[in-house]
Amino acid sequence: MIAELGLAALWLAAALAALQLVCGALATHAGEGHDLALLTRPAAILQGGLAAFSFAMLVWVFAITDLSVKLVAANSHAMKPLVFKLAGAWGNHEGSMLLWVTVMALAGVLIAAVERRLPERTMQATLAAQGFVALGFYAFLLLSSNPFERLPIPAAEGMGLNPLLQDLGLAFHPPTLYFGYVGLSVAFSFAVGALVTRQVTPEFARAMRPWVLGAWVFLTLGITAGSYWAYYELGWGGWWFWDPVENASLMPWLAATALLHSAGVLAARDALRAWTIMLGVVAFSMSMLGTFLVRSGILTSVHAFAVDPERGSFILALLAIYIGGALLLFALRAGTVSEGERFAVASREGALVVNNVMLSAVLAIVLLGTLYPLLTEAFDVRVSVGPPYFNPVGTIFVAPMLLAMAVGPLLRWRQDSLGRVNREVALVAALILAALVLVSIVGEVSLLPLIGLSLAGGLAVASLLPLGGRTLRRVPLATWGMVAAHFGIAMALFGMASDSAFTKERLAALEPGQSAEAGPWRVTLDRVEPVAGPNWTALQASLSASYKGGEPIVLTPQARSFWAPPQQTTESALATRWNGQLYAVIGQEAGRGRWQIRLWWKPFVTWIWLGGMLVALGGVLALIGRVLADLKRRSVTRRARARRDEARALVAEPAE
Amino acid sequence: MTTVRTQFRHSRESGNPANKGAREALRAYWIPAFAGMTMFWCAFGIPLAAQDTMPPAPYAYRQLADPALEAKARALMETLRCLKCQSQSIADSDAPMAGDMRSQVRIRIAAGEEPEAIRDWLRERYGDYVSYRPQVGAATWPLFAGPLVLLLVAGAAMWRRFERRR
Repeated sequence: MIAELGLAALWLAAALAALQLVCGALATHAGEGHDLALLTRPAAILQGGLAAFSFAMLVWVFAITDLSVKLVAANSHAMKPLVFKLAGAWGNHEGSMLLWVTVMALAGVLIAAVERRLPERTMQATLAAQGFVALGFYAFLLLSSNPFERLPIPAAEGMGLNPLLQDLGLAFHPPTLYFGYVGLSVAFSFAVGALVTRQVTPEFARAMRPWVLGAWVFLTLGITAGSYWAYYELGWGGWWFWDPVENASLMPWLAATALLHSAGVLAARDALRAWTIMLGVVAFSMSMLGTFLVRSGILTSVHAFAVDPERGSFILALLAIYIGGALLLFALRAGTVSEGERFAVASREGALVVNNVMLSAVLAIVLLGTLYPLLTEAFDVRVSVGPPYFNPVGTIFVAPMLLAMAVGPLLRWRQDSLGRVNREVALVAALILAALVLVSIVGEVSLLPLIGLSLAGGLAVASLLPLGGRTLRRVPLATWGMVAAHFGIAMALFGMASDSAFTKERLAALEPGQSAEAGPWRVTLDRVEPVAGPNWTALQASLSASYKGGEPIVLTPQARSFWAPPQQTTESALATRWNGQLYAVIGQEAGRGRWQIRLWWKPFVTWIWLGGMLVALGGVLALIGRVLADLKRRSVTRRARARRDEARALVAEPAE
Repeated sequence: MTTVRTQFRHSRESGNPANKGAREALRAYWIPAFAGMTMFWCAFGIPLAAQDTMPPAPYAYRQLADPALEAKARALMETLRCLKCQSQSIADSDAPMAGDMRSQVRIRIAAGEEPEAIRDWLRERYGDYVSYRPQVGAATWPLFAGPLVLLLVAGAAMWRRFERRR
């Protein structure tokens, strides 16, 4: 009964999305004051409620492990801890798509209920676009991936959830990315709305910006968390593999970063109009492409649990309709959107254009490198594109972008000269050169980490310079956000470069009592013993690790065996210091009572993820700052209008 | 090290689990090979089931004593694909095949072979797919032309944009 309620709610929500599309489109076409326009917002709000209800029902059937529902039987197990039962609701294809439409519908509620800045006709077009996108996903869910499908005969026991996914970090990783994707779809709807009514104004950028910022924060967190998960779960200390699935989340992030900055230019200076719209379309296309890559089963990897070509073609069709439609609309309308205000090369806008072009170039490289092997595979030529391609080619574009990031925030809008900021530029350049010389003297570091290390310090200082000479208390929140995000980028860059330049690896076969050294650490194997968890058993090593002869810490890496489904995972053990992490893994038995122990000392590796968190925090600060400023502006305009009305009333009276 | 021992227990196809007799026959083959005979196993399809019961290759989980050589081997391993895994290099994988390839790389590096020669040797056996570093060729030129075109387009776009503003 619960599953049927969920399904019914989903059908109703789909019908309301159709209503939202039709009403919004008719109202846009007919202009203001159309009767149907009154229905658009309520339809969006009700649709959100129904989708949320439907998702709640799915979580419910997972919570009680209702094995007559096919999805539960295929992905859950009565013995699983409750939190993973709940997370199992979206740890599969159908559930994750339902989560996607739910988040999207809730975003629709927020726009429909709150957003009143833009002309009503633009809003109607925006909501219609949103309904259109949602409708495609409802159709996909209801026609090809019904999450509430029943089994003719209930299963005796569920199949379980992939043990790699039974991890708290990963339980919240997909939803985080989906929030990001959905935020970009909202930005896309705004872009379509503005394009349809030709209202590409700073107001539009201000209405869209919180959604882009929010999406960007979630994508940043999602990528950071995913990378850390890969790092500690896969057992070899790698944190980025240029796996197509990782690229699928990186590409929307790159597009969102570019969009964020160009929307900032549009909001502040009424420039880069067409370019901002274009990026809105691209960012959404990338999130759709990400969904396609991950969900269609075109890649076979941990993330692509659903291997089903029929679904793949469905998503591909949706992809073609949305991206093709949006690009067509853009091509038809872009000519009528003027470019907006002008500016000089040496200006804030100029630096932001460099940033935008470079980010787009990196995006194009990642896209090319990700799709190319798929393309050649279709012609039976198998090639691999990996780190030796992405790292150097990406650096060609990332390095100038980072330099623009260092200087840009110091420049004034519209027209400036580098001469005015020559002291700051000289300082940053000197820091970068000094680091370059220092690092090349100290150690043999290969080219890319060398570039990374030398840029990081200069960038960190440069990111703080916009605060110089200002009363810190009066610096706007959004500026603090920018500073934090740019500093975070410098930190993450330092962590990445340091990890690839200075990591010490030690593979050892140890008997209990023997020890091995990795960098400044001395690690002794005390014993190996069996342990058991709720749905796994494991071999656990107890290691005493001491840093430079100090007090030893006990580390307990495990080799786990899950039984539903049967699979083995490594649980690494980490000793974290401010200046890096010791990474320990227990491998196989090496004969004669010895065990394979793998150790890595990774200097400053944690700075990658700390930097990522700081970037996200910067986004949150900027978001709060922008929203507060908007609210303030809104109340000021309201008060001004009230005063004007009052004044008019006073003037009008004696005239009578 | 003067003789290069080549012990590969895998081929490109993973094969079906073999029946018991075939497995025993393979075991019989394997023991003399392990004892030091120079053999190329790549030509044979050996079932996965048989692999797991065998001890890992000598340098799968053992580093070379010379740190410089180990670093060289490590750098190469990071750019070779583990054919049994999903988007992992052989330096990042627990798969027995990745272990064998690591051992192979270390032994050859220790014997004084150049990393690129080893890469070519592996590409000959497993195809271009095994190398994460695409080579410029008939099938891959767009990967290299792409960034160049992008560089030109990006440069031209910025040039035009700013030129008009003057």
